[in-house]
Amino acid sequence: MAALMPKKPGKRRGNMRPLFDGSEWTFELIRKVHDAMGEIALGELGLDIYPNQIEVITAEQMLDSYSSIGMPLMYRHWSFGKRFARDEAYYKRGMRSLAYELVINSDPCISYVMEENSMTMQALVIAHAAYGHNHFFKNNYQFQLWTQPDHIIDYLGFAKSYVAECEERYGQDAVETTLDAAHALMNQGVSRDLRPRPRNVAKREQEKAARRRAHEEATYDDIYRTLPEITKERATELPDAQNEQRRLGLPEENLLYFLEKNAPKLEDWQRELLRIVRLLSQYFYPQRQTKMMNEGCATFVHYVIMNRLYERGQLTDGTMLEFLHSHSSVIFQPSFNDRRFSGLNPYALGFAMMNDIRRICTEPTAEDREWFPDLAGSGDWMEALRQAWAQFRDESFVLQYLSPKLIRDFRLFAVSDDAKEAAMEVKAIHDEQGYKDVRRRLARHYDVSTQDPDLQVTDADLSGSRRLVLTHRVRNGVLLDKTEAERTLQYLAQLWGYRVKLVEQDVEGNRVLKEHEALPMP
Amino acid sequence: MQIVDRRLNPKAKSLGNRQRFLRRAKGEIRDAIKDSLRSRKIAETESAEKVTIRSKSLREPSFSLGRNSGLRDYVLPGNEEYKVGDEIPKPQGGAGGRGSQGSPDGEGQDDFTFTLTKDEFLDLFFDDLKLPNLIKVKLKDLKAPRLVRAGFTSDGPPARLNRTRTMRRSLGRRMALRRPSEAEVKRLEQELAAAEAEVPPDPKRIAELRSRLEHKQRLRRTIAYIDPIDLAYNRFERVPKPTTQAVMFCLMDASASMTEPLKDLAKRFFMLLHVFLTRYYREVHIVFIRHTSTAAEVDEETFFRGTETGGTVISTALEEMLKVMRERYSPADWNIYAAQASDGDNFHDDMPRCLELLNEQILPMCQYFAYIETAHGERFNDTVETPVWHGYSEVAQRRRNFAMRRVASPEDIFPVFHELFSADAAAA
Repeated sequence: MAALMPKKPGKRRGNMRPLFDGSEWTFELIRKVHDAMGEIALGELGLDIYPNQIEVITAEQMLDSYSSIGMPLMYRHWSFGKRFARDEAYYKRGMRSLAYELVINSDPCISYVMEENSMTMQALVIAHAAYGHNHFFKNNYQFQLWTQPDHIIDYLGFAKSYVAECEERYGQDAVETTLDAAHALMNQGVSRDLRPRPRNVAKREQEKAARRRAHEEATYDDIYRTLPEITKERATELPDAQNEQRRLGLPEENLLYFLEKNAPKLEDWQRELLRIVRLLSQYFYPQRQTKMMNEGCATFVHYVIMNRLYERGQLTDGTMLEFLHSHSSVIFQPSFNDRRFSGLNPYALGFAMMNDIRRICTEPTAEDREWFPDLAGSGDWMEALRQAWAQFRDESFVLQYLSPKLIRDFRLFAVSDDAKEAAMEVKAIHDEQGYKDVRRRLARHYDVSTQDPDLQVTDADLSGSRRLVLTHRVRNGVLLDKTEAERTLQYLAQLWGYRVKLVEQDVEGNRVLKEHEALPMP
Repeated sequence: MQIVDRRLNPKAKSLGNRQRFLRRAKGEIRDAIKDSLRSRKIAETESAEKVTIRSKSLREPSFSLGRNSGLRDYVLPGNEEYKVGDEIPKPQGGAGGRGSQGSPDGEGQDDFTFTLTKDEFLDLFFDDLKLPNLIKVKLKDLKAPRLVRAGFTSDGPPARLNRTRTMRRSLGRRMALRRPSEAEVKRLEQELAAAEAEVPPDPKRIAELRSRLEHKQRLRRTIAYIDPIDLAYNRFERVPKPTTQAVMFCLMDASASMTEPLKDLAKRFFMLLHVFLTRYYREVHIVFIRHTSTAAEVDEETFFRGTETGGTVISTALEEMLKVMRERYSPADWNIYAAQASDGDNFHDDMPRCLELLNEQILPMCQYFAYIETAHGERFNDTVETPVWHGYSEVAQRRRNFAMRRVASPEDIFPVFHELFSADAAAA
């Protein structure tokens, strides 16, 4: 705990009155604290946020939000019910406590706070979510690129009513089957490289397409089929198969997108359902890519704000102790051989890295000057941090900013685990030779695209057998989990409507390691 | 900044998801309930139930990287003594030294435990018994205590305002406080107008009339027509169900021919009766009597678990029941229900004695006596009559409070109680 006390514990307390004393919260106090924090966050730290909307909820509502992947609105599906039942069971047995807050990347930025929280916790939560996460959502390039926070709530509302409408019209079973299959492919529903067009444009496009379709259907006359097509000539220049591949845009990594556009047997409403799941998946993709930074940013911001409030005399000693207690448990990092260990704690590493950037800017060592010549001693740490928060994701952030000092502090070491060997081998530790290696490996660990299997649609025979071929490019010999893959493939076949084949081949593409196949069940 | 208080938002937002979830896992939940019925006490039929299901249909597969092939890298914190090139033995079970790798949401296992609410449990329980919907609703509906009029109060919802009372009080108060009536004011006004019209005007009289009128008008303003203290609301009181008690006798043949499945069937039969009784009686006692060639009162565990060898003499059980009734449950204070399950075997010479006991002593004191004959399917045709069935048929024809049924599967059970439930429907 001592390490977490403000740097200069003897720092003179300002002459402002404490904002609150005691643990009961009121709406009045929340507003007061929010505004006082605003002075620091916007004025001193120069954060840039969406307007805040703070919503007070009960534990049951928190469980509700959990089950619908944290969104305030969600369409109905049994898997959310399952998640709720499980979380509820854990919660009631005391196996898991609930988060103090939940924040949604929307404009205005919605933060949920629990009614059970003490006033100190509410303050912490507001600093953390309403300023920290909020700033990150608004400024990080990943979020700017991929999400439309002003649309998400409306879109979810649309999704919810659309799914309900489909259930009404086509039956719960049919909708459930489609959604099950779409959920199974959710992780493959992301376009990693293409920037999507803003949704409202997409929506307009879609309406246009629908009108076009309606027009074509209304004016369809079979006789025109016999007319020679103008493009035919050029098309024949390429071999048929290649031509078709090009037309389908193969290879395609976004399975849901491909099915939505090309699956021969799907109804229009089914395509729309796939689209809903795909857009959700895409919406969450930045969060997966920036988990550590996002939490680091929020934790750092709440830490700075709370300390500044304390320095100004706006927090009592008791509040500060309560805050430090929860703060230190949030950023606790157990060692790898500890029973509590469950991977690197994103709060711990994120917070440490933000703090470290501040240190490098203000009190650089010779080592820092060598490693971070531009950053070291630059003084304006907030500017450096804002820039980092805006322009990086976890992978590149680690690659750019993880300092030797942190590697030593965390005593990070890299091991490699070959499934064929009985033991793992230590590849690098926190020493002169190891820093770069550890950093590189850790960055790769945070790269979502290397954590997900690399799957692509590589061939689809639309004119003949209609067989769909997926290729898994196997990295480092890590194959897919067999039973899971086969079950998922079954879902895929169900959507595609015909035979589906999954080929696992090595990265060079010349050796097939394994094959799976699935046929749709009638 | 905006603060919204969401705490009062409608609860159970995820109810729809929950229903879909239960629907999805229905088959498995039903199996789990079947298992749990075995270990459940009859008196606990209605409590919420924790079920564990093998979540076969609840799997949510996705393409994920397998654990038993290839080369992986980890970066771990907290190195103590390792140097480059050191080897770390893999932990047993191949978890690869990373707790979090197993499964991101902590459910690698197929087993899935959650709690069914009382309603959900009863639903599934009734479903199995193929209970008609109307009766399901009736059984699940926890009879709220009746509301009975109980005088008046000065506070309440507008809908319960008693207008007559309110006006009567208002009238009394207005009279006591001498609030001038509208007619009185009007008369004064007329007098005033007349006085003013008089020639020559009498200024003294006009002034007097005017001050009187003003006084009256002020009184009317200060003394309200209806004051909050006049308000009278109808008051209702919740009257609890009449304190009644029932005792339920469970009689069962314990000879070896009653196999486990037959006992399970019987158990459901007893459970259904119990659920029914708890709706109507505040207190329901259960007495378990099992018999072979002798009968004894036993606890529930022994009743369903134990087997004994010996012949089958049903009259011993009936006698035991009479004995318990005499000792503890006098028909004057208790509503007596009996449920008997057997496979239809009885010692031949015993039947007349049974019928005599039933006709002369037991049935006159019982509200209802239900008998089920559990048997394996193939014995179910009317040509083969068991001794008990044959004997009881006569009773059933003569007595309205006696019901009997052959039962091969759970859905056969409900018709035994048909009388009981329909009688109730008529009464209600």
